[in-house]
Amino acid sequence: MKGLLKLITCGSVDDGKSTLIGHMLYKAKLLFADQEKALLLDSRIGTAAGGIDYSLLLDGLMAEREQRITIDVAYRYFATEHRSFIVADTPGHEQYTRNMAVGASFADLAVILVDVTQGIRIQTRRHVRICSLMGIRHFVLALNKMDLLGYDQQKFEEIQREFLALTSEGVSSIGVIPVSATVGDNIIEKSPNTPWYDGLPLLAYLERIDVQPEEGSYGFMMPVQRVCRPNQSFRGLQGQIESGSLAVGDEIVVLPGHERSKVESLLLMGRAVETASCGQAVTISLEKELDVSRGCVLVRNEHPLVADMFTATILWMDDSEMVEGRNYLVKVGTKILPAMIMKIKYKLDINSGKHVPADRLLKNEIASCDIALSEKMVFDQFQKHKALGGLILIDRVTNMTSACGVIDHELRRSTNVVWQETDITRGMRARQKHQKPLTLWFTGLSGSGKSTLANELEKRLVAMGKHTILLDGDNIRHGLNKNLGFKEADRVENIRRIAEVAKLMNDAGLIVLTAFISPYQRDRQNAREIIGESYVEIYVSTSLEECEKRDVKGLYRKARDGEIPNFTGIGSPYEVPLQAQIEIDTGHYSIEAATDILLKRILEYLE
Amino acid sequence: MNQLGHLDQLEAEAIYILREVAAECEKPVMLYSIGKDSSVMLHLAMKAFTPEKPPFPFLHIDTSWKFREMIEFRDRKAKELGLELLVYMNQDGMTKGINPFDHGAAYTDIMKTEALKAGLDHFGFTAAFGGGRRDEEKSRAKERIFSFRSSSHAWDPKNQRPEMWKLYNTRIHKGESMRVFPLSNWTEADVWQYIRREAIDIVPLYFAKERPVVFRDGHYIMVDDDRMRLLPGEKVEIKRVRFRTLGCYPLTGGYESEADTLDAIIAETLGAVSSERTSRVIDHEENASMERRKREGYF
Repeated sequence: MKGLLKLITCGSVDDGKSTLIGHMLYKAKLLFADQEKALLLDSRIGTAAGGIDYSLLLDGLMAEREQRITIDVAYRYFATEHRSFIVADTPGHEQYTRNMAVGASFADLAVILVDVTQGIRIQTRRHVRICSLMGIRHFVLALNKMDLLGYDQQKFEEIQREFLALTSEGVSSIGVIPVSATVGDNIIEKSPNTPWYDGLPLLAYLERIDVQPEEGSYGFMMPVQRVCRPNQSFRGLQGQIESGSLAVGDEIVVLPGHERSKVESLLLMGRAVETASCGQAVTISLEKELDVSRGCVLVRNEHPLVADMFTATILWMDDSEMVEGRNYLVKVGTKILPAMIMKIKYKLDINSGKHVPADRLLKNEIASCDIALSEKMVFDQFQKHKALGGLILIDRVTNMTSACGVIDHELRRSTNVVWQETDITRGMRARQKHQKPLTLWFTGLSGSGKSTLANELEKRLVAMGKHTILLDGDNIRHGLNKNLGFKEADRVENIRRIAEVAKLMNDAGLIVLTAFISPYQRDRQNAREIIGESYVEIYVSTSLEECEKRDVKGLYRKARDGEIPNFTGIGSPYEVPLQAQIEIDTGHYSIEAATDILLKRILEYLE
Repeated sequence: MNQLGHLDQLEAEAIYILREVAAECEKPVMLYSIGKDSSVMLHLAMKAFTPEKPPFPFLHIDTSWKFREMIEFRDRKAKELGLELLVYMNQDGMTKGINPFDHGAAYTDIMKTEALKAGLDHFGFTAAFGGGRRDEEKSRAKERIFSFRSSSHAWDPKNQRPEMWKLYNTRIHKGESMRVFPLSNWTEADVWQYIRREAIDIVPLYFAKERPVVFRDGHYIMVDDDRMRLLPGEKVEIKRVRFRTLGCYPLTGGYESEADTLDAIIAETLGAVSSERTSRVIDHEENASMERRKREGYF
């Protein structure tokens, strides 16, 4: 039976990539006549020389034709009597790495195009690296523009050696062919211009190459796509067999639960069969009714991994950057789970292959990351099986496919070494809340409006979706600090404890608002040191006269009457802050206006 | 290793896609245009879900100008297979008397593109299967299998979601939708070979037969009913013709052929000298007109 070969072509405009494929289609007489007519017509517009521009066959989008480059993957179809082909034609520029990855994930074989006059360039190394990452095991190097160097055998062999050195790891086959896309050497027929080349021309090579994975490399395995329940008596597990084969009566294991049962019946797209094998879409019913749902994986002998953490090499594809600690959805096989990027271990310099430290990733960058899942998932190393080792990350807000990646190995949370490496940091907790933790430390006389302002401000922050906590004198004095009095040592301890609590809450990612008189400069300095850079001091500078005039709780009257000794502002000093970041006098504004002013200032610190 | 043949691989891929949508999308529908690609999709849907019926309805966007044989075929199939068939027509366009003779390109926009968008909105579908193939036309060659559409059904070719391996991302916000093309990787020849292999029922218009036609702009247009307007000098003649694609009869070009069996059609297709979209009159209007239509929400 005639098979199907999916291939990707990599190279840049200057290498003559589109021309090569165009030529293959054209010369193999696979072009429909009216497309040919359109091509001749377009050529008159597109090229000065008036010759046929084969690349116009392939660059479809208007934007691309205007820019004369290939910006997205285009799929081309043709068939010979031996094989059907699907060609993913992909852009070569670095800024379109993700588009190349899309094409590479689709293909079994990569045709890497190199301009013989230029030799192996940085971009060639990048193309090979992306193709290998996405799982391609078969490569063809098409050394183009041989005609420009007079079909120089020595030059050919030199580049061939360099290329073989580049593609040693995990590659199953490599072919190197000298071609000329414009002239047509060694594309369809063997060229008389390269008598020293004893291999096949490109098309014949592609017709014959065997890209099947090695036999028996993995036993039966099938991720469950959906459960089919037409009636009470039938429960069928539907999916595509990803490896191995299965027969009625075989015992299978359902992961992640490890329940066992035997295959009762097997439907191959509606037809009852005794056996089914890799690649086929089946419906399986089991002897025992088990709790199986979408995302479970059926296996026989080989057991994939079941864990809730792994290390993966990912390619970032989103316009917005990736930072550690952010939450995404991860899809592996047919399972989708919430996941968090715990740590970027290193970034891969896509051109040189060097490891570079990083804590964020930009579009088209590749990095090794530790990823934690919300629960256990069935997966495997990408090298062992593509279907359980490939992943995508989906942004939970925009729904964008933000990244793709391959799983390198599992991580066990239980082992301490790994755990230390992947500690949850303050930054991660904060990012999960989409905010910067702050302690807004209100200081000022009794009755100056600290609590009122802190209250109003908290309401505004919560309305903006922020996560906050308000600590004020009463709730702390009645609980945490109820063993403290008003002696100087107790006042110092009171502020110290509040500062420590504020710091813990900042660590948890919260925005803390505190409203304490905190009259002494050195206590506030102490709090500033404990809390660190999250500390923002807000001096509510309402005058003593105004506060005494308000005297909401009647405390000033009592203090003046001598009933409360050491009352701040009366019997005890208030040391005016010298380092307050924000100052506001509530004597001059309404509560609303004062809150507006304050919020505006605070937003600067929340950026 | 028993390697699957290329039709088996294409079939398995399409079934995987159909099942993914049924499992992940909230309210899917299959667009049913009655053509050969739709017939293949329907056949795949029946296969993918047995012993269940396809867990979604089928939607036909009617214009009132489809060939009569298409409508008969549609209703017969729906009854035979027990499908939930929905038919939607742009009533506003009907009331205004929009027709293929007087309104040219506007007719396609109003009665097909607009009607499709309105139909999808009317029923609140979140995902719609279409029979589009990447080999049909250049801009389609770049479209993803799961093609994201904004709340106004627009396609943004410059900002498509990356599609990796078989890991389709079906997530959308309220109001947005997905167009899903299970036959993306099939060619016209694959479709015909599969129809023969699976003995799939198709509308008889695909087979050559003597039919009443007029010759116009290089095509034979069938006179399917008395609404057909003849231009000065045109006369109805009986010719042995067949159709490569099916749509509204005044806009669908047939050509003379002797191919009245599947084998003959396949032989003709494999040796074809023109691609099938030339028989749709809209494509000739302007360079890249299909991309413009697709951006606006055409299938």
